[in-house]
Amino acid sequence: MEDLLPDFLTETLESLERLDTELVELERQPDDMGTLSSIFRTVHTIKGTCGFLGLARLEKVAHASESVLDLHRNGVMAVTPASITLILRALDCIREIVSGLSQTGKEPDGDDSALIADLIAAAEGNAPASAAMPDVWDLSTPPTAAPSIVGPSIAGAPPPAPSIVGPSIVGAPTPAPAIAGPSIAGPSIAGPSIAGPSIAGPSIAGPSTQAPAVVASPARPAETAQVRALEPVAQTIRVNVEVLEGLMTLVSELVLTRNQILQLARTQANDAFAAPLQRLSHITSDLQEGVMKTRMQPIGNAWNNLPRLVRDLAHELDKNIELVMLGADTELDRQVLELIKDPLTHMVRNSADHGLESPADRRAAGKPEQGRIRLNAFHEGGHIVIEIGDDGRGLHVERIRSKIIANGLATEAELAGMTGQQIQSFIFRAGFSTAAAVTSVSGRGVGMDVVKTNIERIGGTVDVTSEPGAGAVFTVKIPLTLAIVSALIVEVSGERYAIPQISVVELVRAQIPGPEDGPDDRRTSDTMIEQINDTPVLRLRDHLLPLVDLSELLKLRGADRPQIATDAMAESLYIVVAQVGASRFGLIVDRVFDTEEIVVKPVAPILRHITLFSGNTILGDGSVIMILDPNGIARATGIGTGHAAAHAETVAPSDVQNSSQTMALLLFRAGDAHNKAVPLNLVSRLETVERKTIEYPGGQPMIQYRGKLMPLVGMATSGSMEEHSGSQPVLVFADGKRAMGLMVDEIVDVVEDHLAVELSTDQPGFLGTAIVQGKATDILDTSFWLQRAFKDWFGTNPTSRAEPQQILMVEDSAFFRSLIIPALSAEGYHVTAVDNPVAALAMRTAGRMFDLILSDIEMPEMDGLAFAREIRARGIWASLPVIALSSSSSPKAIEMGREAGFDNYISKFDKATLLEAVGAELSTARVASPARRMVVEQGVAS
Amino acid sequence: MIAGESTVAEYPVAAVADSPSDSMFVVMTVRGQLCGIPVLSVRDIIVTQDMTRIPLAPPEIAGSMNLRGRIVTAIDLRRRLDLPAREPGLAGMSVVVDRQGELYSLVVDSVREVIELSDHRLEPNPPTLAAAWREFSSGIYRLQSELLVVLNTERVLAIS
Repeated sequence: MEDLLPDFLTETLESLERLDTELVELERQPDDMGTLSSIFRTVHTIKGTCGFLGLARLEKVAHASESVLDLHRNGVMAVTPASITLILRALDCIREIVSGLSQTGKEPDGDDSALIADLIAAAEGNAPASAAMPDVWDLSTPPTAAPSIVGPSIAGAPPPAPSIVGPSIVGAPTPAPAIAGPSIAGPSIAGPSIAGPSIAGPSIAGPSTQAPAVVASPARPAETAQVRALEPVAQTIRVNVEVLEGLMTLVSELVLTRNQILQLARTQANDAFAAPLQRLSHITSDLQEGVMKTRMQPIGNAWNNLPRLVRDLAHELDKNIELVMLGADTELDRQVLELIKDPLTHMVRNSADHGLESPADRRAAGKPEQGRIRLNAFHEGGHIVIEIGDDGRGLHVERIRSKIIANGLATEAELAGMTGQQIQSFIFRAGFSTAAAVTSVSGRGVGMDVVKTNIERIGGTVDVTSEPGAGAVFTVKIPLTLAIVSALIVEVSGERYAIPQISVVELVRAQIPGPEDGPDDRRTSDTMIEQINDTPVLRLRDHLLPLVDLSELLKLRGADRPQIATDAMAESLYIVVAQVGASRFGLIVDRVFDTEEIVVKPVAPILRHITLFSGNTILGDGSVIMILDPNGIARATGIGTGHAAAHAETVAPSDVQNSSQTMALLLFRAGDAHNKAVPLNLVSRLETVERKTIEYPGGQPMIQYRGKLMPLVGMATSGSMEEHSGSQPVLVFADGKRAMGLMVDEIVDVVEDHLAVELSTDQPGFLGTAIVQGKATDILDTSFWLQRAFKDWFGTNPTSRAEPQQILMVEDSAFFRSLIIPALSAEGYHVTAVDNPVAALAMRTAGRMFDLILSDIEMPEMDGLAFAREIRARGIWASLPVIALSSSSSPKAIEMGREAGFDNYISKFDKATLLEAVGAELSTARVASPARRMVVEQGVAS
Repeated sequence: MIAGESTVAEYPVAAVADSPSDSMFVVMTVRGQLCGIPVLSVRDIIVTQDMTRIPLAPPEIAGSMNLRGRIVTAIDLRRRLDLPAREPGLAGMSVVVDRQGELYSLVVDSVREVIELSDHRLEPNPPTLAAAWREFSSGIYRLQSELLVVLNTERVLAIS
């Protein structure tokens, strides 16, 4: 009896999973007799077995459920959502008891009388005809009642049934009716129908020999159903998973040994071994495949709980949800299956809660009321791809964007350069949830990041694509198996490492510019590693690819190995381009060997804290090597988690936005050998001063400049300030009263170029990196340096106007905002910037008042002309001066601007004219100001 | 087993054999100091072979190596005990132990022999023992001419 319990538990847990799915199926198609019969049989089997095992509590619940099901099955009572809910509740109760049973070996204490009463009430209330079976609800069912419940309905023909199974289960059925006490009522009812599966363990031999006899007898439909139920018993055996794991390990070792021998054989010309070795190799491969197969399970096993989950969610959230599951028979390694189960459940939960709208909203959006969640699994090149899609509202990019800014995950300027997909991928970051309300289902912001971490842990990736209003699709790509992976073997500083092939996109051979190469030579090669303040980057097909110097990251470079920048000896390196999520980056390695199948072994527990490795392995030549984890590398270097990553691939929209406009840039060098740039309009003058004229009052370098003291700020910490002779190039930034000099090493050139900031930077003092004249160039953040010289440069200036004048700036390009705002702030204006006219008009509605409005012309959603017309047409801003900022200043454009209501039309890059125009408009406006303020108050009041 | 210059017979305690209160120790040297670990915890003793460096690992970790298809993480006892590094050319011996199914090797200078010592002769650590040693020593045996420090492998392997 004892040894039957584990089998019973395993069987029952499996049955319960199946029941969940089937019940939901039944709810959808209440008249599907096949499903109903299957449900009934399963419940009945559970009941019968637990009666046999003396599990009284379990039996009572199962029995009461069975009674309700029986009424459904006999057509006495219709299947309703309420009755399904009731049965599901009973299943939960059974599950709970079973889990207690598996932990303690005994049924846990508990009171199920309420549930049982409900079940009985449901049956009686709906079964006036139950007079036919008056004793059904009495748990001490007399044996005579048994056949009426079970006999014909399950097995169809009770007499043959005992002949199949009976002897092996009950042993002596005859005494049973004689004793007929309440305690054995269960088994005596169940006797014929326990039928194999539940007692499968001990009775394997029985049914398999008996089965043909049943088939041979005149087959009634019910009988064939039972035969089908027996088949799996004859064809499968239960094997402890540990045995399979052990086999897998052994086969993995065998594969490694085979590889080792093959490698040896390659170097030896001994034909005698060649043929048997070939054979050994084939057999090993076959064996590996065979053992792998034993671990394979259909992914449907991981989906079993989903129909139930979705049904419950639909009830809880009051939504109408259809769950479609495709490719449920796609097989994958059971270890992977276990690990993928929770993330999948979470994503489905998310789709139901966040993704799908309420029926009312769906109707309003012109969609069918029933939302649909679609799971699709399929094989694709050695991987399993699982798509979890919904036809809901899709990801709300704007809300994600504001959440990103609110949580400080990225700045507005960085977001401006990102694609929708990059912004959407922020949902995988920790603590990120856009659900406005926290529901019991989701919205707590612990979720997608955990999903991502769990999927990455098994070497998988997860991505999301979404179309507003049309839904979102999460795509999970996971390896078929964790045991053996294909990996690229590389060498870094004399050590070999393995990089899992799944994350490798391509290999690029790259050059390091030698010191003798002039800057112009660098342009000749497309694959030259460039440095931005010691951070290597690679220009790869017009994009800046951030590079990770593995040897530096792994601290492999001793003092004797200089940095690659100055390492003229190393002529060429390889870049392994890796993809993690939506980010790409390059790993700098010295050599690339071939790919090898490797068996991933976990690293020793004392090394687990090193997140750069996902494991280690033994290569064909017997040496141990570490397996690099691209996800860990991305995290360690800030790629994918840091904002820099999102810029790794800047795509079309932002390129168009920025690069359609060319501007004059001053190129200079400071600190290191690489070009830096600043928009020429921001620079007042370029000067060269004699170093000996630099004075240091209070340690601050100053020079006398046009009769005033001008502070100097050095760009490089270890710059040329130590030298006291020669001349020093200085960029002078000035406003009306003050001037500041920025000391640089060399002024290179003034160029006219498109400006597309491709990479943002953490380096203070720079806005980011752009490709200027085909070279990676840092763009200076002027405001940073001005503040270095004068802490109060942008603060309230005591000599300036008592009340700073308010300017509203509407400009969609973050870059130009960051150029123009400092210029205006430097003049003492207070600038409020928004990135689109709609946001600006919202401020009008809210009653915010300004003294002047600056607006861009080309903007998405609403252009500047429409904005100006709207301002002039109504509201409290109708009489404000409005200046257009545009990159195009053709007479026709200016005319159109004036017609729309702009007072002035100025080129974006012309700082001097802009400041002049702003000053002029405000001084004329100031006369009219009091009147306008009254208008304001009326506007607010109305 | 590698035999040292001395034999078990030199140690009178070894004569008391098979008593249940006796333990057998593998005797090894670390910079001249005799150390012992219970023989039952030792799986293998091999000449230290080529090791794979593990970047970013704690300094005590000498690397990892392949022992008949299993990966063994090697811990340099000299570094673990805050002693100067081994002279170049001295490969040392690897004493492989099993800890929760994982194999670790303790890299020592040499391995001498296996001796049997009576448990009741184990003496507590002198309070003046250097901190690094005190942390790993579970007691001292007075042998005829030398002292033997019994190492607690569990604590030696508890590297965080």
